[in-house]
Amino acid sequence: MSKLLEVKDLSIAFDTYGGEVQAVRGVTFDLDEKETLAIVGESGSGKSVTAQSLMRLVPMPPGKFAGGSIVFNEEDLVEKSDKQMEGIRGKDISMIFQDPMTSLNPTMPIGKQISEGLIKHQNMSKKAAHNRGIELLKLVGIPNPERRIDQYPHEYSGGMRQRAMIAIALACNPKILIADEPTTALDVTIQAQILDLMRDVQEETGTAIILITHDLGVVANAANRVAVMYGGKIVETGNVNEIFYNPKHPYTWGLLSSMPKIDGDDEELLAIPGSPPDLADPPKGCPFAARCPYAMKVCENHMPEYTHLSETQQTACWLLDERAPDVEAPESAMVGGTKVHE
Amino acid sequence: MAKYLLKRLAYIIVSLFFIITITFFLMQAAPGGPFASEKKLTPALEEQMNEAYGLNDPLYEQYFNYLVNAFTFDFGPSFKYVGQDVIEIITRSFPYSLILGIESILIALSIGVLLGVIAAVKHNKFGDYTAMVIAVLGISVPSFIMATVLQYIFAIKLGALPVARFESFAHTILPAIALATTPLAFIARLMRSSMLDVLNSDYIKTAKSKGLGQRVVTYKHGLRNAILPVVSYLGPLVVSILTGSFIIESIFGIPGLGSEFVVSVTNRDYTVIMGTTVFFSVLLLVSILLVDLLYGLVDPRIKVAGKGGK
Repeated sequence: MSKLLEVKDLSIAFDTYGGEVQAVRGVTFDLDEKETLAIVGESGSGKSVTAQSLMRLVPMPPGKFAGGSIVFNEEDLVEKSDKQMEGIRGKDISMIFQDPMTSLNPTMPIGKQISEGLIKHQNMSKKAAHNRGIELLKLVGIPNPERRIDQYPHEYSGGMRQRAMIAIALACNPKILIADEPTTALDVTIQAQILDLMRDVQEETGTAIILITHDLGVVANAANRVAVMYGGKIVETGNVNEIFYNPKHPYTWGLLSSMPKIDGDDEELLAIPGSPPDLADPPKGCPFAARCPYAMKVCENHMPEYTHLSETQQTACWLLDERAPDVEAPESAMVGGTKVHE
Repeated sequence: MAKYLLKRLAYIIVSLFFIITITFFLMQAAPGGPFASEKKLTPALEEQMNEAYGLNDPLYEQYFNYLVNAFTFDFGPSFKYVGQDVIEIITRSFPYSLILGIESILIALSIGVLLGVIAAVKHNKFGDYTAMVIAVLGISVPSFIMATVLQYIFAIKLGALPVARFESFAHTILPAIALATTPLAFIARLMRSSMLDVLNSDYIKTAKSKGLGQRVVTYKHGLRNAILPVVSYLGPLVVSILTGSFIIESIFGIPGLGSEFVVSVTNRDYTVIMGTTVFFSVLLLVSILLVDLLYGLVDPRIKVAGKGGK
């Protein structure tokens, strides 16, 4: 399979009054056609900034590219002018945002918000765009699309608005759909519907999805591959099975441990103690060292290199160094009670 | 919709009733009367005049007479200008104020909104600072100073426009600008802050993510959402421009209603005070109603009661 998108060593910083905040520090990942890559991490890990930078939607200034490249269609998006980016946004790469309540324009009918992109990128007439809008609303499962298309966002429920957002994002058949926490603001039953919808739509249109989330349940449901981000870096990547059944990074263990389990009824909910590093003054070594129960001296001062555990899984952790002591993943990080060994 | 309008109309009548009552008694409570002037009238003559205009009747009787007359649109004769009805005075002088007011509202709205948008789009850059310096100047320089400065530059030094009077369109330009400065500056500041809010909102990011250009994003998605505070300011603005034109009208020698209003108060010309007050109140109440209707047009989320369920 050919690579659709290659992000290499991407760094993004923000100039603030408190100094330069390095939100993303050398992130490398790629995306295959038709696959779903999940980027997980807690608030402030840099996942949303990474996602928005792919579309160059990070406001600059105060943000700026501090290095790296985003190669799409053999061209580096970092080098593109704003005008050139307008031709890519919405057409080749589009995006769904977290809160459907605020991400639709309240004073514009849904249909008009869908057709804007079509008129701009595919030179459609207003009439054709309107008809395509009805088709799209049907595709995302909105009943009565002929009537719904002329309504305003406040006449839609939260789940329907997110469906409408997906319709907007899919309007021009983008090659990549970036979903920035698409289910966070929705209630659980609607979350499942939206994830199902995204999967159906992916099958139908063949678009690749980058799913930004902090919800591992969503990841297990929807993703093929997972990148775990912490402190502006990717600390572990792997396919879904590897991340859930054979995680190697203590942060991934922590994330899995803090997931509520359906069979552990009176178990206490585990949390990772401490708080994420201040990226205005990032730690020299591994960003997780301060909170890591297995941290060694080397962790504080040197960032570990990636260890390639399989063709798909790589982990940046000193525990995987041959000189490190043997540490097993804790019981609580095991999904479904059984741990799959290599 | 019809039900809503009827309800609002009823509110207007109730408000008018209170306005008339309060103004009437405040006016009567003020010392002096229409016939007190430097040239002292003989007591006998003053008595005769009071009798003729019904000012010797008990206060409540005068009040009820006035109420009844007002609701039949009879505002009585002026006490000061012999042989002129209040209605005549209003119909004669209001057109001047109206033309002047409309011009300055248009100027204030168009330039104020434009400045505000520029300031927001060029946030913390040169355009922003320029627009805000203009806005601060506009708010802090009183209109009468603005008027005289304009007269000095454009009429006296450059000779481009007439100094005063009200005869052609050219005569209206300077007073309209002078009258518009303060509201213009105010609108610019309102527009800037609400546009900044809107430009940072999620749906603007959505619009950008569709690949729309900066201009389309700002004007098609931003403007309509950002203009709401300006719309709500329109009601009071209309009234303050129409009533506040007194100073500008006297500087430019325009026989508008603003000056009649103020002169009537110093003259204790009871019927004219009441007539102009009622007239301005009706204007205010109607323009507030219009603004509320306009609100519903600009923002579909604001549904005028009874209009829902289409």
